[in-house]
Amino acid sequence: MSELKKNTAEVQGEKEAAKKQAVGSSEKSNATMLEVRELSIQFGGLRAVDGLNLKIKKHQLYGLIGPNGAGKTTVFNMLTGVYKPTTGAIFLDGVNITGKSPVEINKSGIARTFQNIRLFKEMSVLDNVKVGMQNSTKYTTIEGILRLPRYFKEEKLMTERAVELLKVFELNGEKNALSANLPYGKQRKLEIARALATNPKLLLLDEPAAGMNPNETEELMNTIRFVRDKFDMTILLIEHDMKLVSGICEELTVLNFGQELAQGETSAVLNDPKVITAYLGD
Amino acid sequence: MSFISNLLNGISLGSIYALIALGYTMVYGIAKMLNFAHGDIIMVGGYAAFITMTANWCPLWLSMVITVTVCTVLGVVIEKVAYKPLRSSPPLAVLITAIGVSYLLQNIALLTQTANPKTFTSIAAGAPPFLQVFSGKGAVFFQTNPYTEEGLKPSLTISMETFLAIVVSVAIMVALTLFINKTKAGRAMMACSEDRGAAQLMGINVNGTISLTFAIGSALAAVAAVLMCSAYPQISPYTGSMPGIKAFVAAVFGGIGSIPGAMIGGVLLGVIEILSKFYISSQLSDAIVFMVLIVVLIVRPTGIMGKKISEKV
Amino acid sequence: MKKTTKNNLITFGGTLILCVVLGILMQAGKLNSMTMGLMVTIGIYIIASTSLNLTVGVLGELSLGHAGFMCIGAFSSATVSQILINNAGAPNWLAFTLAILFGALMAAIFGFLIGIPVMRLRGDYLAIVTLGFGEILKSLFNNIYITSDKNGLHFGFTNPPKNIDTATKLEILRGPKGTSAPDLTNFWVVAAVLLICLIILMTFIDSKSGRACMAVRDNYIAAQSVGINVTKFRLMAFTLSAAIAGAAGALYMHSLANMLPKKFDYNMSILILVYVVLGGLGSLRGSIIATIVLYAIPGLLRGINQEIVNYRMLIYAIILICLMLWKNAPVFINMREKIKAKFKNKKNEAADLTSGGAEA
Repeated sequence: MSELKKNTAEVQGEKEAAKKQAVGSSEKSNATMLEVRELSIQFGGLRAVDGLNLKIKKHQLYGLIGPNGAGKTTVFNMLTGVYKPTTGAIFLDGVNITGKSPVEINKSGIARTFQNIRLFKEMSVLDNVKVGMQNSTKYTTIEGILRLPRYFKEEKLMTERAVELLKVFELNGEKNALSANLPYGKQRKLEIARALATNPKLLLLDEPAAGMNPNETEELMNTIRFVRDKFDMTILLIEHDMKLVSGICEELTVLNFGQELAQGETSAVLNDPKVITAYLGD
Repeated sequence: MSFISNLLNGISLGSIYALIALGYTMVYGIAKMLNFAHGDIIMVGGYAAFITMTANWCPLWLSMVITVTVCTVLGVVIEKVAYKPLRSSPPLAVLITAIGVSYLLQNIALLTQTANPKTFTSIAAGAPPFLQVFSGKGAVFFQTNPYTEEGLKPSLTISMETFLAIVVSVAIMVALTLFINKTKAGRAMMACSEDRGAAQLMGINVNGTISLTFAIGSALAAVAAVLMCSAYPQISPYTGSMPGIKAFVAAVFGGIGSIPGAMIGGVLLGVIEILSKFYISSQLSDAIVFMVLIVVLIVRPTGIMGKKISEKV
Repeated sequence: MKKTTKNNLITFGGTLILCVVLGILMQAGKLNSMTMGLMVTIGIYIIASTSLNLTVGVLGELSLGHAGFMCIGAFSSATVSQILINNAGAPNWLAFTLAILFGALMAAIFGFLIGIPVMRLRGDYLAIVTLGFGEILKSLFNNIYITSDKNGLHFGFTNPPKNIDTATKLEILRGPKGTSAPDLTNFWVVAAVLLICLIILMTFIDSKSGRACMAVRDNYIAAQSVGINVTKFRLMAFTLSAAIAGAAGALYMHSLANMLPKKFDYNMSILILVYVVLGGLGSLRGSIIATIVLYAIPGLLRGINQEIVNYRMLIYAIILICLMLWKNAPVFINMREKIKAKFKNKKNEAADLTSGGAEA
């Protein structure tokens, strides 16, 4: 196991240990990581998402697809607490997280990236990742101001962990650059690195391949698989790029007009005549 | 009687605030920025009126025309030079620029007009009061005191300035409402404040509309300047800043971006200010005005008539 | 060494050296009293501008009520120092130390209480509300009267307290007529407080809390998504900024013979803001340099040419606008990038030539 994992375990303490135990006991079993029951949200007269059910197993790579305006990002926003669902319930690893704030939801183990990249633009690449480790760091503000030993110890640990993460995404060479100055593809990767820095159980990726050329997409697919295996991560992603979806997703849910159109194994779903009609029209 | 007189003075001051608040609210609605220099445009208008009115060659009507023109041109120029290049910049940069413009106008005035306040001659100077009520004799309109010989003093006086402020403001608000609802340019303004991008796609000249908004807002500020300097006959380089800020409070009170909101907010704020000055403490009246703002923002951040805006994720 | 650490050491070291050099000159009697007075005031304004930079530069919110927090620090510290010295007979140094701490503490308490509603807002609204609070705080001290006599302390609001024993009467706060605190502020005290405040600001900014504030500034939705409690860190930075402003106000109060509440008005807040913006948002070193340059130069020029001094505010305003346009307007950003690219090309060409030569 890499140094990264070791450090993670040290910093993360109980949460990480508990997670490992859970993984260990159910070793890639059929345990559910995320369960969504009858999730709906209403904006004025519009029912943007209507009665969505989802069940994502641990260690799974799950895809959420659908035409533009189908309500995919709205689902993400409900899962991460940005929007409060009108009805329905969300369970993460058996815990009900419905209606919690984005901060609480991140603490309970969901991290995400954004469709329109949201980095901390005026901060360095390294600091972007370190911000993600905020909650796994124990030193207090006073300890930081007085520069007590714990500050130095934990800052050093954070930097090491952040560098390890950056190495995974081949961003270590630019760690001192301003994140706004990174090329587009690397900004997307940095967002994933920042999300992983929060030690999530479930990673949500909102159109990770948007704006990438075929080579970059290919590379991204490898990275996503690598992340899943290396961090034992469960990943839910929204994507329009069918090559990526069919290449890495094990199961899919197709949304159309806020409702589930099809659900199941990737190849079966993609050959479903209903899905083809929704995408291509009659 | 003193309550009625205070109430009317409050409404009068409030209608001046409303005129200024309209400028804030229209600009905020369309350009999505707080034009901090709006208050100082009032100050410039005050000086323009003061200088032209004290010049021998200039009749009152021409002086008003010049004042409105100066403010309108100034507003448009400020928009073109300082704000337009920053239209897609972070709000902090725009806000600091606006503060810079406000600072600039104040300091130009300080250098050219000195810090000493000048006495402004009311546009209604020499005219009789609008209304005088004599106990036992009834009310008298537009007359000098007819009972001077009997030594009778009015128990209630409404000055011409107070009356003018209310009448002019109401007339302007009616005209503005008609303009916005009935003309093509007015509808373009509404479209721009809803969604600037979509308005542009519909063929609306967005830059022109924003300029027009600044022009109207500044022209209203000019009118407000004349009314305010007539009611409170003094002018200094700092004359505009406090009424400007209070008018912004009024705009927030009424719901920023909403035109009827600015009118209601302005009048309410004027009444609150005058009444608290009279019944609570003249030292604390400004503090009370700001307390209103804070309470509004805590209880109902969108103001009386405002809409909720949230960022899209 | 980390870039931030190095930067901080340069800023802190530079300030320290400047303080020591000026102190030696002063002890050697090389500075006249006017220059010494100027140094004290500049030091106080540096404390104020660096602390405002925490709110504006690091937190990314425009506070227009900074003078209000200085006002609290000033008048609450004056109350404490006068009571301790006159009524409790405490030695000056102790009274002054406690007074500065009390001023900072009161400013922090008010900063926190004001921050609770204010930090729910953003942008223009936040700016105007801080302005409003600044004005409220100013009017508050315009209306507070504290008088002591042999029977203890007497408070008055909007009017001076009545039934005071005239023989032992001591007016501590006199509402709009101002307050005369003992003259305790000198160069060394200001230098010490300035250096302490700098350390606090630097270590705060270069810690996880400072990073959290910057993350909130850059993108609060993303900050929430990585588990940062936005309100908590905004409130923390705002309170710290207020506390340091309070200390600056305490020093200011004890440096003047009589201080009126109306001195801490909107214009003072704007002046401090000008130092912060012209020095560079987020750069403590910038705030220090800008404050020194913008405050000292007019003072020094006064001897040469009065006309220039009159134009200083006008020039600040123009620089402020031009700086914002230069940094943020797309037209100028493109222009800057083109110039940069040109330089780069030239450099590359030169590099190509030399490397090409070496290969050949």
